[in-house]
Amino acid sequence: MSENKSRRGFIAASTAALAGLTLAPGIRLVEIASAKPDNEPVTSKVRWGMLIDTSRCQSGCTDCVTACGKENGLGEVKKPRTDAQWIRKIDLKELKSGHALSLPMMCQHCAHPPCVDVCPTGASFKRADGIVLVDRHICIGCRYCMMACPYKVRSFVHEPHTDQNPEVPRGQGCVEGCTLCVHRVDRGGTPACVEACAAAGHNAMLFGDLNDPESAIAKRIREVKTTQVRADLKLDLGVRYEGI
Amino acid sequence: MASASYVETQSRPAAFWGLLVLGGLFMLAAFAAFLHFEHSGHVVTGMDNQIVWGMPHVFAVFLIVAASGVLNVASIGSVFGKPAYKARAPLSGLLALAMMAGGLAVLAADLGRPDRLIVAMTHFNFKSIFALNMMFYSGFFVIVAAYLVTMMDRSLNPYSKVLGFLAFFWRLALTTATGSIFGFLIARNAYGSALLAPMFIIYSFAYGLAAFLIVQGSMYAWNNLKLDERILARMKNLLAVFVGAALYFTVVMHLTGLYFAKQEAYERFLLLDGGMYTAAFWLGQIVLGGIIPLVLIFAPGATQARVIAASVLVVLGGLAQMFVTIVGGQAYPLELFPGYAVSSTFQDGVVNSYAPVLGEFALGFGGIALAFLVTVVAVRVLHFLPQDDFAKLNAED
Repeated sequence: MSENKSRRGFIAASTAALAGLTLAPGIRLVEIASAKPDNEPVTSKVRWGMLIDTSRCQSGCTDCVTACGKENGLGEVKKPRTDAQWIRKIDLKELKSGHALSLPMMCQHCAHPPCVDVCPTGASFKRADGIVLVDRHICIGCRYCMMACPYKVRSFVHEPHTDQNPEVPRGQGCVEGCTLCVHRVDRGGTPACVEACAAAGHNAMLFGDLNDPESAIAKRIREVKTTQVRADLKLDLGVRYEGI
Repeated sequence: MASASYVETQSRPAAFWGLLVLGGLFMLAAFAAFLHFEHSGHVVTGMDNQIVWGMPHVFAVFLIVAASGVLNVASIGSVFGKPAYKARAPLSGLLALAMMAGGLAVLAADLGRPDRLIVAMTHFNFKSIFALNMMFYSGFFVIVAAYLVTMMDRSLNPYSKVLGFLAFFWRLALTTATGSIFGFLIARNAYGSALLAPMFIIYSFAYGLAAFLIVQGSMYAWNNLKLDERILARMKNLLAVFVGAALYFTVVMHLTGLYFAKQEAYERFLLLDGGMYTAAFWLGQIVLGGIIPLVLIFAPGATQARVIAASVLVVLGGLAQMFVTIVGGQAYPLELFPGYAVSSTFQDGVVNSYAPVLGEFALGFGGIALAFLVTVVAVRVLHFLPQDDFAKLNAED
C-alpha cells in the first residue's frame, strides 16, 4: 500500500514537472524565482515605489506614455479631455530662473491615499505592498476620488471600449489609474513605462522595493536628495523625483 | 375651516392634471438624458477628466442641501414651539422628503455605474464622508417620514416632539456631512475648510426656507387664500436673517483666503479673473441671491408676491453658489509645482473649461420635477395646507 502511494506520488510529481517545462516554455526561470506565488497574499514587507530622475527625462519623449497605453489597452490619446491618461508628461519651467525640465506624472501610490479615504464603497484601495488600485467590481463611478486626488492622476472611462488587454480589465463608467503594472509586478516584472524608458536609453525611471535597504531604489534615495510632490500634504508617496 | 380648505385643494382638476403633465414632461426629458449618458458614456456630456462633477451635481447638491433646510420650518415649530411654524410642519416635512428624493435621484442618475446602486448600499467605507452621507440620507427618509406620520395621525401626536428633535439633530448632522464632502478635500484650493460644514448649514436654512415660501405661496394662490400679514412678516424676516448669515459666511471664507498667501491666486481667480465663475459668484450668488432679496424683503410695504420673488432669487442664487463651489472649485488648476509654469496633454496649469450640454440641465430639472410631482400629488391627496390657529397666534403676540 505504502509502496503504491510513493510510486503514485513520484509519477504525479514528475508529470507535473514535465508539464511545467513543456506547457510554459515562455516563462523565464528568474521570473519564477522572484514572482509571488498566486496563492500567497501580498505583504507589507514590500513597498513598491519609483524614483524618477528628471535630469535624464527628455522633453518631448513620450515613450513611457506610449508603453503604458499599449500595455494597459488605453491606446493613443485622441481626445485629451476625456481619454484615460494613466501617465502623462508634464513640461515645467521655473518662473524665476527659466530652468526647464520634463517629467512623467502618474499615480503616486501614496501611503495615505486621499482617494482611498473618500471612496464610499471601498473600491479604491491600497494593497499591502503599497500599490493603490481600483476594484472595478465595486466602483460605482461617483468620481469622488478624482475630486480628492491632489495629483489628478485618475481618469474616468468616458465611453465604451473594445480591444482590451485581458490582464487589465476596464469598463465604461468606472474610474481608473496607474496600477504600477501590478500584473507584471506580481510576476516579478517591472512596469511597462520603466521598461520603455530603459529601452530608449534614458533610464530616468527606477522601480523597486523601497523597504529593501539593498534595492537600487532604496540605495539611490539614501544617496541623493529626492522630492515628493506636494510634500506639504504628508501623504508619504511611493513615487519620488530627483532634480526638482 | 380645516375641512373647507381641504375641499379647496381638491378643486380645479384640469389644472391639477396639467401640473402633473408638466412635471411628467420634465421627468421624461431627464430620463431620456439619463439613458443617453449611460448608453454612450459621459463623453456626450460637458464633463471630462478635469471637471468631473458638473451641472447634475450642482442641482443634486442644491436639492439635498435645500431639503435639509426646508425641514427647519418644522423644527422651529416642534423643537422651539412656535405655533406659526407648527402649522407648517407637515408641509415642511413633505418638502424635505420630496426634495431629498429629487436630489438623490439626480446624484444616482449621474453615476458612471448607476446599475451598481446596490453596491453603494451594501459596501461601506466608513472613513468616507460620502458613505456616511448615504447613511444620513437613508436615515433622513425614515426619521422625517416617521415624524410626518406622528404629526398627521392624531393618536401618534405625543411622539412628534421627540421625533422633531431627532429630525432636527439628524438634519444638522446631515448638512454637516454634505458640506464636509467638500470640506474634507485636501487637494484643491477651493475646499479643505472646516468652514464649509457650518456654511452649508446656513445655506440650507436660506435655500430651504426660500423653497418653502415659494411652495406655500403657490398653495395659497391656488386656493385663493391670503397668508396672514404677521406670519408673512415673520417668515420674510427669518429669510432675511438666513440670507444675511449666508453672505456673512461667504465673506469670512474669502477674507480668510485673501489673507493666506497660498490662497491668493485662487481668490484672485474666483473674485476677479475667473470669467463665468466670477460672474456666477458676484452676479448670481452675491447680487441676485443675496443683496436683491434683502432689498426686496426690507423695502417698506413687502407683499406676498415680493417675498416670493425674493425667495425665487435666493433659489437662483443658491444654484449659482453651488456652481461656483462645485464647478469653479474644479476649474482652478491644481498646483503641483509651485513656482513653475506647467503644461501637459492633461490640461495641467490651465483653467479648465466647462460647457454643460442640455441633457445635464435636463437631469437637474428632472430632480426638481420629481420633488414637484411628489409635492403636488401629496398636497392633493393629503392634508398639507397650513392650518393656522389664530387664537394661539394672537396669544403669542
